[in-house]
Amino acid sequence: MKTKNLIALEGNQAIALAMKQINPDVVAAYPITPQTEIVQVFSEYVANGEVHTEFVTVESEHSALSACIGASAAGARTMTATSSQGLALMWEMLYIASGARLPIVMTVVNRALSSPINIHCDHSDAMGARDSGWVQLWSETAQEAYDNLIQAIRIAESVNLPVMVNMDGFITSHAEEVIEPLDDEEVKHFVGEYRPLRSLLDIEHPFTVGPLALQDSYFEFKRSQAEAYKRVIPVLKRVADEFSKITGRKYDLFETYNLDDAEIGLVVLNSTAGTAKEVIDVLRGEGKKVGLLKPRLFRPLPVEELREALSKLKVIGVMDRADTFGGFGGPLFTDIRSILYDVPNRPIVTDYIYGLGGRDVTTEQIFKVFENLENIYNTGKVESLVSYVGVRE
Amino acid sequence: MVDIKTYDNDQIPAWCPGCGNFSILKSLKQALAELDIPPDRVLMVSGIGQAAKAPHYFRCNLFNGLHGRDISVAVGAKIANHNLIVIAESGDGNTYGEGGNHFIHNIRRNVNIKVFVHNNQIYGLTKGQASPTSDLGMKTKVQIDGVLSPPFNPIAVAIALNASFVARSFSGEPEHLVAMMKSAITHKGFALLDILQPCVTFNRINTFKWYKDRVYKLDDSYDPTDRISAFEKALEWGDRIPIGVIYVNNRPTYEEQLSQLKDSPLFKIPITGIDYSDILKEFR
Ligand SMILES: Cc1ncc(C[n+]2csc(CCOP(=O)(O)OP(=O)(O)O)c2C)c(N)n1
Ligand code: SF4
Ligand SMILES: [Mg+2]
Repeated sequence: MKTKNLIALEGNQAIALAMKQINPDVVAAYPITPQTEIVQVFSEYVANGEVHTEFVTVESEHSALSACIGASAAGARTMTATSSQGLALMWEMLYIASGARLPIVMTVVNRALSSPINIHCDHSDAMGARDSGWVQLWSETAQEAYDNLIQAIRIAESVNLPVMVNMDGFITSHAEEVIEPLDDEEVKHFVGEYRPLRSLLDIEHPFTVGPLALQDSYFEFKRSQAEAYKRVIPVLKRVADEFSKITGRKYDLFETYNLDDAEIGLVVLNSTAGTAKEVIDVLRGEGKKVGLLKPRLFRPLPVEELREALSKLKVIGVMDRADTFGGFGGPLFTDIRSILYDVPNRPIVTDYIYGLGGRDVTTEQIFKVFENLENIYNTGKVESLVSYVGVRE
Repeated sequence: MVDIKTYDNDQIPAWCPGCGNFSILKSLKQALAELDIPPDRVLMVSGIGQAAKAPHYFRCNLFNGLHGRDISVAVGAKIANHNLIVIAESGDGNTYGEGGNHFIHNIRRNVNIKVFVHNNQIYGLTKGQASPTSDLGMKTKVQIDGVLSPPFNPIAVAIALNASFVARSFSGEPEHLVAMMKSAITHKGFALLDILQPCVTFNRINTFKWYKDRVYKLDDSYDPTDRISAFEKALEWGDRIPIGVIYVNNRPTYEEQLSQLKDSPLFKIPITGIDYSDILKEFR
């Protein structure tokens, strides 16, 4: 066993390091808080000649993703990063990237959307892009974000779909954490050389990206795109297996914590899962059968696997760091609830919308959620399927 | 009587000590006071950035939107209520970069709004990356080997698009700045005022002294209605930088050309008392 190489890095620095080790052909990006440091640190690597990347600074995120799309269609391994309004501005291009089946990899440092303006964490940015056809990976810690980004390259290029790696703005992006990076050589070997199926610069085999497809063919394009997502799950598992062989760190579609014998479960994305684990430790100490499921892959949604993992619970609380205004609870909630619809003795599923605009998420809030879930467990009665925690009303 | 205090509110500007933005803030309050315009007639619209914080420090109507999009919001508000004095105030990155498209097409449209740009030749709020107006070769934390693209020239672009009013001033010349703001506000038509604004924290090249050593005021012998000489002035950048009203073109405003707006602002036109039964029939 080789000695561990541990270093203290902020989440953004860990992402920039992963990008350096991946050494993409093209990066096009535009600064936005809390992503800015990724671009800044990466541009140092470029200036120092530590990567061979063409780094393109542009005038907006729309242009950033457009440049990435052009580069990727021309056969380059392409990456970018953004947050919040930046992702919102990319919206129309997100669909071009997925529809044209371009394996671009993007870090999204999750931040609330305007209005009113706010620079802190919630998941409304990525959830707004939920249906855009980008594979979504989520990360509890800087280590996970780093590991996810490296694996994302392999996943994207195996299935020809763009992948977005999410981590919490400020909480993960700006907090220093001890991480264990891979060696440069290991990453180089792991991601391998990118061999695009076809590329615009291959003059022997000219091809067209995105031409007109009307009533007679558009639907078939979209139907075949829908099929592509089925390959993501086996590919992700295979890539995770290989990754664990070199790092010892195991990844899957989701992580479970004390879930096997649990009767009450919590489902939550990203950094809040860490806080929830602490609460679960305390409750377990009191003999309570509580557990956690933290999705890693949210799009495509691993329906069968999630159903399998959650169906034996009696009560499930979903915590959503985004709202679907005018809808029925948060985006994670509606998915989890509908996955369980066909399960005999299906669990009761309730939603807790929390932490919008960076509102602090305390262990007390999570204890309250469990208290509420325990009440439901004891009485079978649900007062409110969707509620808001940690807000003044 | 409106005085400069009329526009004060209780917010404390979140700018670095010595920032060029302070004098712009004060000058605009001064200009509005000297023109005796009460705050309820003023709408300030801004995008995102250090400059775009300015409207937060005014007691008047305020709309704070998205990075680069303030001009479009200002246009919408002006068309709905052309009695308002609408000022879009933001930075160079906001207005010339992310919002460049809106800048171009609203100059053509000639809506009577005022666009005041705090031009510090840098992205201040995101901590010092090159903006569209950064000089060629300027080194930043992102443009480590220096800026590769020649700078955007807002004055020349505006003149090329036949802008109705184009001026430049400097935050280190408050008297001049107040005069330019007053001219822009009283001008009928789209008015661009590009304000040279030192960013003392992130732009160590274009400092107060750098601008002070270079700016000179256009005098009475200069005729701003002559487009060719305006172009010449627009291209002057380097050892000498002209400030003043550079170009004026009194062409009809967008609002003047809309018959719906002739008698009263849109928001005052009642929607009751209109017979639309004929139109409804079509949908029966
Ligand atoms: C769509 C979008 N992209 C990026 C940002 C991040 N951002 C905020 S202000 C800014 C640039 C500010 O530069 P400038 O407009 O010149 O204003 P200054 O801070 O220099 O006054 C950027 C890139 C944002 N708010 N929205
Ligand atoms: S960073 Fe620059 S523009 Fe922003 S407040 Fe400080 S000096 Fe002014
Ligand atoms: Mg600026």
